Amino acid sequence: MAKYSVVGKRVPRIDALSKVTGAAIYSGDVVLPGMLHGRVLRSPHAHAIIRRLDITKAQAVDGVMAVITAADVPGYKIRNPLLLAEMAHLPQDKVVYAAQPVAVVAATSVEIAEKALGLIDVEYEELPPVLDVLESMKPETPPIYPDLYTNFIARPPSDKDSKPSNIAYHMSISRGDLEAGFREADLVLENTFRTQTVHHGYLEPFAAVASVDTGGKVTIWTQSQGVFSARQMIAEFLGLPLSRVKLVPVEIGGAFGGKSYLPLAPLCGLLAMKTGRPVRMEMSRDEVLRDGRPAPGCVATIKMGVTKKGRITAASARFIYDAGGFPEMSHAMFVRGNVLSQYKISNVKIEAFDVLTNTVPVTYYRAPSTPQSHFAVESQMDLMARALGMDPLQFRIQNVAAEGDTTPSGEVLPRVGFKETLEKMAEYLKQKGEIQGKNRGRGVACGFWHGAAGSFGAYVHVNTDGSITLVIGVTDVSGSRTSIAQIVAEEFGVPMESVTVVVGDTDTAPWASPSVGSMTVYSLSHAVHRACQDAMDQLKRLAMVRLGVEASQIEFADGMAKVKGNAEKSISLAALGRSSLGFRGEGPIVGRGSIGGLPAAPSVAVHAVDIEVDKETGKVRVLSYVVAQDVGLAINPMSIEGQIQGAVTQGIGWALMEGYVFDRGKVQNTTFLDYRMPTATDVPMIDTLLVEVGSSTGIYGLRHVGEPPMVGTLAALANAVHSATGVRMKSLPMTPEAILNGIKKAGKP
Amino acid sequence: MKVKINGKEHEIASGQATTLLEVLRYELRLTGTKEGCGTGNCGSCTVLVDGRAVNSCLVLIGEVEGKEITTIEGMSPQGTLHPLQQAFISEGAVQCGFCTPGVLLTAKAFLDSNPHPTEFQVRQAIAGNLCRCTGYDKIVRAIMSVAN
Repeated sequence: MAKYSVVGKRVPRIDALSKVTGAAIYSGDVVLPGMLHGRVLRSPHAHAIIRRLDITKAQAVDGVMAVITAADVPGYKIRNPLLLAEMAHLPQDKVVYAAQPVAVVAATSVEIAEKALGLIDVEYEELPPVLDVLESMKPETPPIYPDLYTNFIARPPSDKDSKPSNIAYHMSISRGDLEAGFREADLVLENTFRTQTVHHGYLEPFAAVASVDTGGKVTIWTQSQGVFSARQMIAEFLGLPLSRVKLVPVEIGGAFGGKSYLPLAPLCGLLAMKTGRPVRMEMSRDEVLRDGRPAPGCVATIKMGVTKKGRITAASARFIYDAGGFPEMSHAMFVRGNVLSQYKISNVKIEAFDVLTNTVPVTYYRAPSTPQSHFAVESQMDLMARALGMDPLQFRIQNVAAEGDTTPSGEVLPRVGFKETLEKMAEYLKQKGEIQGKNRGRGVACGFWHGAAGSFGAYVHVNTDGSITLVIGVTDVSGSRTSIAQIVAEEFGVPMESVTVVVGDTDTAPWASPSVGSMTVYSLSHAVHRACQDAMDQLKRLAMVRLGVEASQIEFADGMAKVKGNAEKSISLAALGRSSLGFRGEGPIVGRGSIGGLPAAPSVAVHAVDIEVDKETGKVRVLSYVVAQDVGLAINPMSIEGQIQGAVTQGIGWALMEGYVFDRGKVQNTTFLDYRMPTATDVPMIDTLLVEVGSSTGIYGLRHVGEPPMVGTLAALANAVHSATGVRMKSLPMTPEAILNGIKKAGKP
Repeated sequence: MKVKINGKEHEIASGQATTLLEVLRYELRLTGTKEGCGTGNCGSCTVLVDGRAVNSCLVLIGEVEGKEITTIEGMSPQGTLHPLQQAFISEGAVQCGFCTPGVLLTAKAFLDSNPHPTEFQVRQAIAGNLCRCTGYDKIVRAIMSVAN
């Protein structure tokens, strides 16, 4: 990457120093004078009508300053609560999942608040919980909500025959002639795959601090992936205009999609409004696992037809996601665009459903819906290749899509390094050689993530000493501050140290979409690039006068504005910055940039994993793992490697050990002891092969990075288990017990 | 009750049954020590007690009377970063940073008693510290780089 001087370099994160010294401030570290403590009363039942809710005894406790229930929520009087999505839902008449917040107390101490919770009198009338998606979908199953119709939340569709349903969302897409495609095939296989509910497992539990000023403005510190989306949600909940709510960004202790959800902040804000005092709330790990919205389980059925020569002639697939108790976070929606898009298939039909159950509601987790769907698709690809006697990687290379191909959703694919990435992996594995040894196996998978783009603004200030301050409203969950600072330094021709990135609050920073969908650096960099160009145009106007040349002859390097081809004639950014403020200056240099409406830059990540299975215990040992990913252009290779290594480790947890254990809808494993996540001894070093097929739409050609490497992990491991043991695992997690059962069953005639 | 924390004697006001973690975070405002689980399973609250790494959420303040505590705030006295802190920065071992203080203190205690470990020993040493961002790869590399 000789082309660039800062972009493409392994630059340490600019937030690392504050984190290795313990100085970084997270939500739970914020303290305000006179702060009260809030605690939540949660439903013990998965499905129950609230017959009586009496808070008078709790209110009477000395030190209790406020008790709130659904009746106190201003937003519920304006909108249907079902539309106030991704927040705590206080029930008005019934609870729909165990651990749903029912009432909230603010008191002068945690102990008093907890004592008051015990004095809130709730009389429940238990209803039979709906626990299984397939059961829930049946027309005869009573609907959890009387006013929820498929694809029409909280408002009946115009079609008078429609009935309320537990199917919150249904989508169906098709292309070509499916039946003709299957007739053309020499081999057709159909399989059903199941994935379980898993949690993001971020180490930092939810916390929030809220205060109200004398004018009634609410300020909130909480770990949201999007301060502006959080402001919108909280303002709706509190019934306040946006200008009366301020979100202050703080460091986020891991998010992975799980921290767009606001389980505490709206409640905390309401308690602050009721009491006039600052309020702090924090969840225990137990609460995080019971109410910190996990990722949904999925039942997936896929049918695929191939010719003897290995060409896929047709595929149909059906995905049913367990939405839990609320309809708000559709996963079926993401099936469109993300499933079977990486292969050239003329005849295809895809259906997806979000189905309600009386279990904890779900939210997005690193490439939402897609690890689940790819577990099915990429396991099926492996089974097809095996049945044909083909190398699984070659089978994928033979069928992979290319630029200009139309995906099942009808989108024409832009340039994506499908072939380059698969071939990079094939070459790597050829060098590495076949896996040797008893009970060992290799699995591959090809993950696709369509990605998204958002709306972002950026301000660039050129200071009077030549340093640059970038102001954005984007909370950093992936190292985005560092990558963006590299881009600013590159554009201005200054060292990294000259660039300061400020993540402002919602009153001072330009608007930004939340940090989701792997879109942050991809989209934000456009806004920042424009802001840099704007500021540099202003600098050029000042430099023209001082250097006596046209603007087109000026370039920026080494902290100077220089005349092209004339090394002698230059002026420092510091001098230009100062002159902007002089009486002949035009005023301070403030570059402004905005972006919206950007198309996505899809990404592909190919996985290969070598494992060994202990035939006595069923335990899988991951021997080596490698991911080849088309990143477009690696702004910071070290940061991207970290994203890939983290995603793969989460995927290993999902595939081998993690999973919610429910008993009649209630989560049973609510500590990290029994919700087991990978430790350093469960994973090997994770190798990365960064492929750089530039996207046509990203600054410098960059693409979405953080989510794609999660997508293929689950199937890669299942394919490796098959390779090592001959047993096809169609359900996750592949615990030692499950694998032993599989081996035993396979051994029986 | 007196406890020596980061080289300085502190008179503790909290009751004997308060956890060391609560005293550090809420009484002394040393918020670099994090609470990830409260049940001793994640290691985010790791501090050193007389040089030994412990989960401060499982220790009552009364148990450490007269002992010497090191928290992350005490790992770089006079502002000079410990080689592990420096390595974590330069190797890219820090992402969200929530587990970082605990991992650093665990690694320090481990290397102090085992200066030339194998990769496997490093992995075992930090197996009580969960990290959800890095996949441990760069953490292990950073620790190994200081060890060798």
